[in-house]
Order: sequence, then structure tokens, then C-alpha cells
Amino acid sequence: MQRRSLWRRRGTLVLLALCLFLAGCSSALLDPKGQVGAEQRTLILTAFGLMLIVVIPVIAMTLLFGWRYRRSNSVAKYLPDWAHSNVIEAVVWIVPCAIIAVLALLTWKTSHSLDPHKPLESDVAPIEIQAVALDWKWLFIYPEQGIASVNEVAFPVDTPVRFRVSSGSVMNAFFIPHLGSQIYAMAGMDNDVHLIADETGSYPGRSTNYSGAGFSGMTFEAKVTTPADFDAWVETVRDASQTLTYPEAYEALAEPSESNPVEYFSAISPSLYESILKSFHTGGDHQMGGDHQVSGDHADSQDSESAHTTDHAAKSGHVTNNHASQDHAMRSHSSSVEAGG
Amino acid sequence: MFGKLSLESIPYHEPIIMVVVAFMAIAGIALFGLITYYRKWGWLWNEWFTSVDHKKLGIMYFIVALVMLLRGFSDAIMMRTQLAMAAGDAAGYLPPEHYDQIFTAHGVIMIFFVAMPMVIGLMNLVVPLQIGARDVAYPFLNNLSFWLFAVAAILVNISLVVGEFAKTGWLAYAPLSGIEFSPGVGVDYWIWALQISGIGTTLTGINFFVTIIKMRTKGMTMFRMPIFTWTSLCANVLIIASFPILTATVALLTLDRYFGMHFFTNDFGGNMMMYVNLIWAWGHPEVYILILPAFGVFSEVISTFARKRLFGYATMVWATIAITLLSFVVWLHHFFTMGAGANVNAFFGIMTMIIAIPTGVKVFNWLFTMFRGSLELTSPVLWTLGFIITFTLGGMTGVMLAVPAANFVLHNSLFVIAHFHNVIIGGVVFGMMAGLTFWFPKAFGFTLSEKWGKRSFWCWFIGFYVAFMPLYVLSFFGAVRRMQSYANPEWQPWMILAWVGAVIIMLGIACTIIQFWVSIRDRKQNVDVTGDPWDGRTLEWSTSSPAPFYNFARLPEVGDIDSFWSQKQRSEEQLEEAPYTDIHMPRNTVAGPVISFFALVIGFALVWHIWWLAGVGAVGVFVSFMARVFNDDIDYYVPAAEVERIEREHQLKREQQLEREQQLGVEAQA
Repeated sequence: MQRRSLWRRRGTLVLLALCLFLAGCSSALLDPKGQVGAEQRTLILTAFGLMLIVVIPVIAMTLLFGWRYRRSNSVAKYLPDWAHSNVIEAVVWIVPCAIIAVLALLTWKTSHSLDPHKPLESDVAPIEIQAVALDWKWLFIYPEQGIASVNEVAFPVDTPVRFRVSSGSVMNAFFIPHLGSQIYAMAGMDNDVHLIADETGSYPGRSTNYSGAGFSGMTFEAKVTTPADFDAWVETVRDASQTLTYPEAYEALAEPSESNPVEYFSAISPSLYESILKSFHTGGDHQMGGDHQVSGDHADSQDSESAHTTDHAAKSGHVTNNHASQDHAMRSHSSSVEAGG
Repeated sequence: MFGKLSLESIPYHEPIIMVVVAFMAIAGIALFGLITYYRKWGWLWNEWFTSVDHKKLGIMYFIVALVMLLRGFSDAIMMRTQLAMAAGDAAGYLPPEHYDQIFTAHGVIMIFFVAMPMVIGLMNLVVPLQIGARDVAYPFLNNLSFWLFAVAAILVNISLVVGEFAKTGWLAYAPLSGIEFSPGVGVDYWIWALQISGIGTTLTGINFFVTIIKMRTKGMTMFRMPIFTWTSLCANVLIIASFPILTATVALLTLDRYFGMHFFTNDFGGNMMMYVNLIWAWGHPEVYILILPAFGVFSEVISTFARKRLFGYATMVWATIAITLLSFVVWLHHFFTMGAGANVNAFFGIMTMIIAIPTGVKVFNWLFTMFRGSLELTSPVLWTLGFIITFTLGGMTGVMLAVPAANFVLHNSLFVIAHFHNVIIGGVVFGMMAGLTFWFPKAFGFTLSEKWGKRSFWCWFIGFYVAFMPLYVLSFFGAVRRMQSYANPEWQPWMILAWVGAVIIMLGIACTIIQFWVSIRDRKQNVDVTGDPWDGRTLEWSTSSPAPFYNFARLPEVGDIDSFWSQKQRSEEQLEEAPYTDIHMPRNTVAGPVISFFALVIGFALVWHIWWLAGVGAVGVFVSFMARVFNDDIDYYVPAAEVERIEREHQLKREQQLEREQQLGVEAQA
């Protein structure tokens, strides 16, 4: 009986190892297609390896001690009052401390180097794509090209992409597993994540944060193309008959729909993304209207005081509740999750 | 008149729900009929429902928890079946609006109505006995806590039949849980079930904190307390500090939903990030409320069955205290992907990892308790060994999740699901099963069947790995939590494997049910008349099994950590025992069930916006509470003669049993 139970436990371990091995063959996280994802894979495997230093001995000791000191084994030593040893106590504190110290160092370094808000270093000029989570689809806005698409996003290979991420509805999260980091999409907040792909191809993307009935179908395709193909894709979108005007066409699009098909919009209202952000910055008396009071576009409005706040926040990588209202009380609680950055 | 409630609120058109309801109705009617037939209502009411005896309350907590475990597990197997089917274009058999309620109910039930009552039930059963007390500090509050919890469980079950449950995930993140995106009554059921049971839990926390601080027997200094009592103390500190956060957060959400306020809405200055922060400021300590007492169980089990003092008692205590403090500074690791800056993420990541140090030390202490011990491989020990292996793996994946940059790709994926089941099943469930088996004879006077206990363990242990290892694998493919269906057919084999694992776990639960059946049937053979079936070490084993309602005829004195064990080692003949004295005991009270009944009325009325009924409930709570407050007849004395009679009777039973065993021995030899 005992022998059999030991075998079963070993069997589970083998199964576990097999699982991890199989996972290595065709998985998004272990077979990344971009610099961010590749660094994260290395990080995961390093952390895993470091912890095995203590996990494997613990499992081995559990089985060994459980077997060796079983009551029926009269050969093993039995010391009922032995309950303290400075040497053992020292070892069991120092070893975990040492491993966690190394991991903490790694954590500190990678939290900064892989900070999703940090622009990626590259010779190629970055492009900006704005992603808005809607019920239940993804709207991608290309401010430079003046186009938009739904549930399909394309960008050129080896080009850093800054995704600005927000929501027109409840909380979601923007994630392309092959490329790395995800980030929350929250209404009225201007979040961002920097990603890059080093191989052309089509990668699945989706919302990872449950958002209601249509959540399962809230997927999109990330097309990583050559620069020429990207230009061709942009032209295709520009040929589309639909346009995305704010607020009429946008509001129609924002109506809940499940497993929405891919859609293209040949033209968009100017500052569409900012308009969506601002639509949540309402607040009773504080709603003063008028564009001059609105921080608006990150890039273009550095002249106004409020925009400076926003711009600073964006640069240093904070989630900022871009309160369009000029009210100081509102701005002072400005919803930055940041405390020490 | 009936607010939002109408006949339309009952989901007739949902065949699955109706079958479940029919089953529940039949089981309910059968139970009702049996109790009526055997005329047990008076007995139930007088001896159990109104009881302030912590041991009976502990048993009732466990019974409700086990019933709710069946409900929570039904949800689990339904989800696994759905995901085993719904690959590619297949939609499965559960539409999203049903599936979303199921995963929400599964989480809420398993945490609030299975894990919590098991932990609190075990504390009730064990802590006063371990510290040599006759009851808890506030016996009436203890009864009230139980009934508040029980009516909250009833409210959750009502949601199955009348209306719907939340479709938001177990923590009901705003703004999805706000009135704009969840206009139905599901979130309201969630709100009032949590508020009612949360008040009960807070009262329990205060009650046990005071009990442990103030009611320890003579000689039991803090550093002579059994480890289970220590971990319970820390868990109760966490309850006192964290549950008010939950209550306040849910109250703010209530204001949003009922009064159109904007604490957590998308617009008008609402801030959903505040909700997520607050809910996890409670949520993270909550998981330690569950796991710390489980750690305590393993400590007791391993030292008892290894017949050896616990290795590094002081280290164990300090590690527990360290975990208690650290659990309040790690909540942000549940949402690294919200977009906080690198410094904030790194801080919370590192604090989280630091918790792994005291936890790791605890694991080594358990191992070195076995080292040079004499380990009897009983089912509680199997649960413990299974725990050490499983929890170590779960701790490892937890640290992986705690690295923010790794979390950016693992967050919200099935990795998270696999991780927390890894620690909650491997830690809390295994711990509670070990504790249940270990202390069962103290509650009922006979031991549980070892054969079926071991079968249950192997099913749970193997089932866990088969069910959850595939989820780790799937997370690397990019599978996320709370999906009702998925496009990639390559995931399906893993999902089917996970389903097989869930079926194996189901067999484990079946084994436990059979274990109860067989053990009750054979209770005469498995009777424990010594009060000390495992050669125990702490005070609870020094009194009879089941313990008399006053726990100890004479309050014990303590001079050591494992005081009962060392007393046995000295084999002191207790010469010239002191005479019995009158014992001061609390009276049973109807106030607990009555107040809680009116609390249920308030909860149900508020869910359906039936304002007059809520008023009736509020008046009911107030009046019954006042009646209790002005009732002076709340205690009595058990005369010394009565104590002596009970003790004599037990002594006689013990001698008879010993005689019978000797006779059997003689016959066997012949």
C-alpha cells in the first residue's frame, strides 16, 4: 500500500513535468514573437528555476521523511523531545531569504525594464494605436492615418507600437499573448502599453478581464505585417464605406454586440479617442463644456496648464484619470494609482 | 406591494435550474418529513438551534459548509463540463448569462459559505477546548454569528429559485456590478448575502480574539498556546482588521446601486480603481484568514501523529505573526496590470515574495517535526503530506505571479485559477479535511473510517493534479479565466482532461459522504471512551469525547507547550482530586435565530425593493435585539452534584468499554 502510494505521487510529478514540457511546444507565452514577450518568458523561466532550488528538496524531503520515519520502521531514530536546532533554523531561514533576495532584485529590475508604460528602444519610429474596449469588441483607432477598425489591428513588424488603451464601457484588459504585457482598459482613463513584434504573422488577442455576457467573444486578430503590407492594409481600410463620426456613429458602434465581425472605418472624427475619454469626465456643476477647458490630445496641447499635468502623467507612465473638468478638487484626486513613481 | 418581485422572477423556462430546484425541494421535503416523523423539531430547536455551546455551533457550521460544498462543487463540474464541450464553434450547453452566474456563485459559495464556515467551525470546536475554557467570551454573539452566516447562505440559495445571482465574478468589480451594467437583482443578492454573513464573521472575529486573549486557563501564557490557537488568533485579528473594509466597500456599492451615487461608476467622478483597491485590501487578508488556521491544523496533526514536539514552536509563532502583518501590504499584486508605475508594482511584488519566507520556514518546520519522529500514516497525515507537496507548488506559482513583469502575461489567465486552487484546495481544503478527521471524535465520541478517509484523500489529491495542471498549461497558450467558450480547438483535450480531474474530485467528495455513513453505522466499534484517541498533546484531549457541555469538570492547569502530553509522560496519578464545584454556564437563547430570521427578511426585501417588508424586518431585528438586551436570565449554575453525576457516568462507560475490550481480547486468544 505504502509503496504504491509513493509511486502515485511520483507519477503526478512526472505528469507535471510532462505538462510543462508539452506546453513548451506550441504556446504563446513560451514561444513569443516580440522583445517584450521574450524577456517575460526568460523572466518566468528564471523565477521558476530559482524556486526549484527550494521546491525540489522540499518535495523530496516530504517523501523521504514521511517514509523513513513511519511508525512501522523500527530502524529509524525516534527522539520525541527533539524540537530545536540552531543550525537547521538558520538554514531554513537563510535559504528562502537568499532566494527571495535574488528574486526581489530581479523583480525590481524587471518591473522597471518591462514597465508597460516605458517606450521601447528602437531605430524605427514608433507608431501609436488607440484601443478602446466596447461591449463586446475592440475598437482600434489610428490617429496618424485617420482610420479605425474593429476586432482587427495591423501594424508593421519590428516597429515599436504604443497602444493607448481605454474603455467605452466596463473594465477590460488588452492582451496579445504572443507579444507580451497586458494592460487594463478603463473608462475615462488613458492607459498605455508598448509592444513590438519581431516576426510577421497573425496573432490572437483578446480581453482578459471579464466584462459581461459577450466577454468570451471579445477577441481580435493582431496582424503583424511588412511595412509595405501595412500600407496596403491602411489603403484597404481607407476604401471602406463606413466612417466613424463622434458621437453618432461611435454611439451606434458602442451598442452591445457579441462576436462582432471585423469592421473598417475609412475616416474618423478628429480626436476621437480623446472624445471617448472625455465623455466620462462629466460631473454635475463641473461640466463646463467648451473645448478650451479640455486637456484633450496628449501631443498637441502642451500649451495649456491642464494638458501639462496630463502629459507629464502620460510620460512618466501613470494611469491618469484625465479629468477634463478644470475643477481643482477633481484634479487633486486625479485617480493616479501611482504613489512612488 | 412586492417591489420588483413578480411571478416572472422565477426562472421556469430554465430546465437546468428547475431540475436543481426540484431536487432541492424533494430533499427538503424529505428532511422536513423525517424530522417531523421522528418528532425531532423540539430537540433540534432546544438542543441545537438555540444552543450557545461552541462545540454544537462548530458542528452546525460544518454541516452547512458541507451542504454548500455540494452546491459549490455542482457549479464547478457544470463549468468544467461546459468548457470541455465549448471549443471552436460549439456553444456548449450553458449560455453566457447562466455560465456567468455559475462562476460567480462558485467563487462566492466556496469562499464565503464553504471555506469560511469550515475554518470558523473548526475554531469553534477546538479553540475553547485547547485553551481550557468553558465557552467563548460572548456565547450569545457566537450563536448570532452562526445564524447570520446561515441565513446569508439561505439568501444565496434563494437566488437560485427567485430571480438570479450576480453575473460579475465573485468580487463584483465595478462598474460592471453597478446599476448601469447589472440592472438585475443578482448583484443585490450578492450584496446582502455578503453584508449579513460579513457582520456575522466580524462578530466571530471579535469573539474569538477576546476569548483567546482573556479566557486561557491558568498557566497558559501566550507562548504556551497550541499552534492552532495561535493561528486562529492571527486569523481573528485579520478578520477584525479586514472585514470592516469589505462591509464599507459593499456599502458604497450599495449606495451607488440604490441611491444613484457615484463612488465607483464610470462617470461623475466615480472611480472603479478605488473599488478594486478596497476590495482587495480586504480580499488578500481574507485568504490568510483561511490558510492560517489550516496551517495550525497541520502543525497539530503532524506533531501528534509523529509523537514528537513540534519543531521550532517559537519560529512557527513568529512566522504566523509575520504573515499576518505582511498580508496587509500586498493587495496590489491582484492588479499589477492596472497600470501603476514601476516602483509601486515592484514594492508590492517584493512584499508578496517576502511572505514566501515565513511560509517556507513553516514548511521546513513541519518537515523537521517528522524528522526523527514516529509517524503514523493516518488519513490526517496523508492530507498533511499531500498539503506540503501541493502547497509548495502553489506557493511557487504564487511567487511567479508576484513578479510584476511576469504577471503582465499571466494575470487573469488560467494560471491564476490554477494557482489559487493549488493553494486553496491544497491548503485550506486539505487542512479542513485533516482537521475534520482529527477532531471528529472530540465532537462525536467516535472516530471516522480510516479506509474511506484515505480513499477520499487519494481522489482529491490525484483529482486536483489532473484538474488543475492542464489549466497551467492552457494559460501558456493564452487561455483566460471566465471564458464561456473558446475558438481554439487545440485547447479542448486539456479542458477534457481537467473535466476528468473534476470527476475524480467528485469521487473524493463521494468517499467523504460514504465515510460519514460508514462511520456513523459502525460508531459502536469506533467509539472513543478515552477522550484521547490519537495520544494527543493538547488540552482538548484531556476531557471526554464528546466533551461535556461544560468542557472541563475542573479547569486544567498548564505548565508547558504540549501540556497534556507532558502530563501523560509524567504519568502523574492525580492524587486527592479537588472536589467538583458549581459551574457557571450561559443559557441557550432564541435571540440568535430570531434576529437572523429578521435579517434575512431585510435582505430579501432589499434585494427586491419591497420597502415595507424591509421595515418589518428592521423592526423585528430591533425588537428582538432589545428583548435580548433586557433579558437578565441568561446564565445559570450547574450544581457540583450534577457535574459529579455526569463525570461518574462517563467514568463508568469507560470502565465498561475497557472490560468489553479485555473480554474480546480473551476470546480472541481462546
